[in-house]
Amino acid sequence: MGFLDIDNTTKSYGAVEVLHKVDISVQEGEFLVLVGPSGCGKSTLLNMIAGLEEITSGEIRIKDNVMNGVHPSKRNIAMVFQSYALYPNMTVGQNITFGLEMHGTPKPERDKAMKDVAQLLQIEPLLDRKPGALSGGQRQRVAMGRALVRNPDVFLFDEPLSNLDAKLRVDMRTEIKKLHQKLGTTIVYVTHDQIEAMTLSTRIAVMNGGYVQQLGTPQEIYDTPANIFVATFMGSPAMNVVPAKVALENGRPVAQVSLFDGSTVALPFSQNNMSDWAGKDILLGIRPETITDEDAADRKSSNIAHMTNRIVVTEPAGSDTFVTMTLGGKDVIARMRSDADVHPGADFMFAVNMEKAVAFDPKTENRIAP
Amino acid sequence: MALSTNADFKTRLQSWLPKLVLSPSLALVLVFVYGFILFSVYLSFTDSRLLPSFGWVGWENYSKLWRLSHWEISLKNMGVFAALYIGICTMLGLGLAIFLDQKIRGEGMIRTIYLYPMALSFIVTGTAWKWFLDPGIGLENVIQSWGWTSFEFDWIKNRDYAIYTVVLAAVWQTSGFVMAMFLAGLRGIDNEILKAAQMDGASNWNLYRRIIIPQLRPAFLSAFVILSHLAIKTFDLVIALTGGGPGRATELPATFMYSYTFSRNQMGIGAASATIMLMTIAAIMIPYLYAELREKK
Amino acid sequence: MSIATQDTAIRTGRVMRTLIYLVLLLFVLFYMLPLYVMVVNSVKPLEEITGGGMMNLPQVFTLEPWAKAWSSAQIGVEPTGLSPYFWNSIKMVVPAVAISTVLGALNGYVLTKWRFKYDTIVFGLILFACFIPFQIVLIPMAKMLGLMGLAGTTWGLVLVHVVYGVGFTTLYFRNYYAVFPTELIRAAQIDGAGFFQIFWRILLPSSGPIAVVSIIWQFTNIWNDFLFGASFAGADSQPMTVALNNLVQASHGVKEYNVHFAGAILAALPTLLVYIVAGRYFVRGLMAGSVKG
Repeated sequence: MGFLDIDNTTKSYGAVEVLHKVDISVQEGEFLVLVGPSGCGKSTLLNMIAGLEEITSGEIRIKDNVMNGVHPSKRNIAMVFQSYALYPNMTVGQNITFGLEMHGTPKPERDKAMKDVAQLLQIEPLLDRKPGALSGGQRQRVAMGRALVRNPDVFLFDEPLSNLDAKLRVDMRTEIKKLHQKLGTTIVYVTHDQIEAMTLSTRIAVMNGGYVQQLGTPQEIYDTPANIFVATFMGSPAMNVVPAKVALENGRPVAQVSLFDGSTVALPFSQNNMSDWAGKDILLGIRPETITDEDAADRKSSNIAHMTNRIVVTEPAGSDTFVTMTLGGKDVIARMRSDADVHPGADFMFAVNMEKAVAFDPKTENRIAP
Repeated sequence: MALSTNADFKTRLQSWLPKLVLSPSLALVLVFVYGFILFSVYLSFTDSRLLPSFGWVGWENYSKLWRLSHWEISLKNMGVFAALYIGICTMLGLGLAIFLDQKIRGEGMIRTIYLYPMALSFIVTGTAWKWFLDPGIGLENVIQSWGWTSFEFDWIKNRDYAIYTVVLAAVWQTSGFVMAMFLAGLRGIDNEILKAAQMDGASNWNLYRRIIIPQLRPAFLSAFVILSHLAIKTFDLVIALTGGGPGRATELPATFMYSYTFSRNQMGIGAASATIMLMTIAAIMIPYLYAELREKK
Repeated sequence: MSIATQDTAIRTGRVMRTLIYLVLLLFVLFYMLPLYVMVVNSVKPLEEITGGGMMNLPQVFTLEPWAKAWSSAQIGVEPTGLSPYFWNSIKMVVPAVAISTVLGALNGYVLTKWRFKYDTIVFGLILFACFIPFQIVLIPMAKMLGLMGLAGTTWGLVLVHVVYGVGFTTLYFRNYYAVFPTELIRAAQIDGAGFFQIFWRILLPSSGPIAVVSIIWQFTNIWNDFLFGASFAGADSQPMTVALNNLVQASHGVKEYNVHFAGAILAALPTLLVYIVAGRYFVRGLMAGSVKG
């Protein structure tokens, strides 16, 4: 039993099931991120935890109390919305204490709670202003203050950073992480931004099409994605997925991949169980940062393969240079150091860290190795 | 929010409150609009005269109605009135809106003047135009007193022309409102499209004809729907301006219904004419509302 | 939709511009003409009008027609002037506007923020009610008012105007609340606010612009109504429009055109005043509903 249990929960609108048997158990103090493209059901799931949407079947429990049919205000949860949802006609202070007022907390207590939260978030000078007079970042803080002041069991965040500009988003991300570390609260956080998911979470649920595709720590999700969807959704640039054929060379399984000129290169697998797939087609997943030049290859890796391929495009991005090539008939991106000596049209010898490579079944698109 | 059985009482009450709050309005509308419509339609199939009566006569009222020259005149008048009223209001409204959209100095003032007739009662409008158009004291008399003694303008007293005075007063009252609708439509058009068209070398004339006016389709549609339903409902204006006369020259279905029901004690026929009016408006409004409400979903 | 001035990409030549100003001015005269006729003729003696001077400014200025129209002109059989009918209209308009606006606000709130199955159909049913030709409800309404004991009373008229006005007010508030962020409602729900608390504390304080629209619209419509007043009012509840019509259409005695014009202005004054004072809020509020909150 966890602190927050989502137990076989489904959601249907009429005959259409939009959320299929979701099963997640969140421990106290955990930071769970629900991530996925729009329409994947992550916000629906969050709203169901909040009590803003009805649960079609299954159960949601907080601290072992069944929440089905319990009014949102009685679940001891707090929510931070994408638009911040600050009441435009109230001051910041009134916004923060509105919930306490509705729950009948006496005024002196409300004021004290407001002061504590304002101090924590450094918004004391703003307390008498109306939301309309605040910047995006300030509104974001107030919205968090309104959630914090309730001292809830679970915090729910619905894409809270997506309305901020890029720089502020990074700052607020750090802020949220700090806050979580300091207060040790339980958080469920919805985002479509995979970087937010990776940086903030203790665990991630990757969702698509109403299914939880994979539930795990950021490292698990990144290194061993359950399927092609997770592999390509998490990470930027996305993981390269190229068609390959498994063969045995000297008894060792290799992936045969075609190069730009149609010739074939053999990339040896680190996993011996790939021998079972000999003679069959697979999809090979290679993260861009595992394709480098020889010098930048991971020294700890026991399995660096080499291939010479033609460079199509180079994109210097300051810290890195991204190189596009054709592999297995697809555009494949390699992430090189910024000083790598690469030129469009030139042939270049790449080092591929096959220890990190992932293989997928082309039919089910599920991971078969490692 | 429908809730499962373990919801507490307060939560369940909260979930019923919205429907509870809506129900008085819905009940009023169901009884006073739809109930009444059914009642009136039913009356149109009965032998009601001074008072409602429930002797079923089938389609008799309708066949009587269509044989009445009074009704025929009302319909003919309605045809002339509606066509001119809708046509002139739309053209005038569009023209004025386009002119007013040329960065005109004092636009706010002009707009206010064009729009104020909308705030007046048709009875006031009718009274003002009635005496202004009256040959005895109004325009004709004034021009004659200015020296043009052979000047004649007696449309309001002339059986062949009286209906046009109704059109004039009605256009005066509503064209400013139509202008505002088109102006809002014009202001809603993306300026970048216009700039692009100018780069393509379109003249102002072509700009309006090919780019702008086609984009005003929603405004045309709204104007048509609003004007046509106003036209069918026109009643007060005729009462105040001409009283339906001279003779029956400006009788419209709305005045026909009123006089047959309340003065001539032919309630069955009156109800039949009201039913026909309703059907006409419904034929215009229901598809329009259906499309509007579906879009918004 | 926005009616505010903006830079237009269209440029016009000087001749064209002069022409445009001329046309616009011509129509300014056209729209002002009846008002001018009413005003100047309401302050001159009757002989000046009948003598062919309708378009002239008064040679002898007099407020006599106004006084007569207000307090002593023959309306129907009583020489009471229009004043009692003016108050009848006020007594009818104020409660009818207030009730229909409150109902419209609540309906708009429910229809946008507490959506349920078939809510659009319910809204369509309410909305269609504004567009029916009212002739279709005259007969049963007369009977119903009789049954309810409201026949010929001001409260009967209030009821009628509420019923046939609630569609418009609901439309206005629904469109306005539709763009009011639903997340605010959800936040308030989590904060523990109930149905009415959310309405009272969150929505209503932001509803000023659309309330103005609803009030102006209803005030104008109800004040200017003639059909219901003529059909359902009793001798002591007749509204201004009906009285004015009786004054103007009276077939006996000399036609006192100056008194008629003064009476017409009296009947028009409240709505004109509202239009001049608050018309700009009306347009602004309407636009706020259709663009965003």
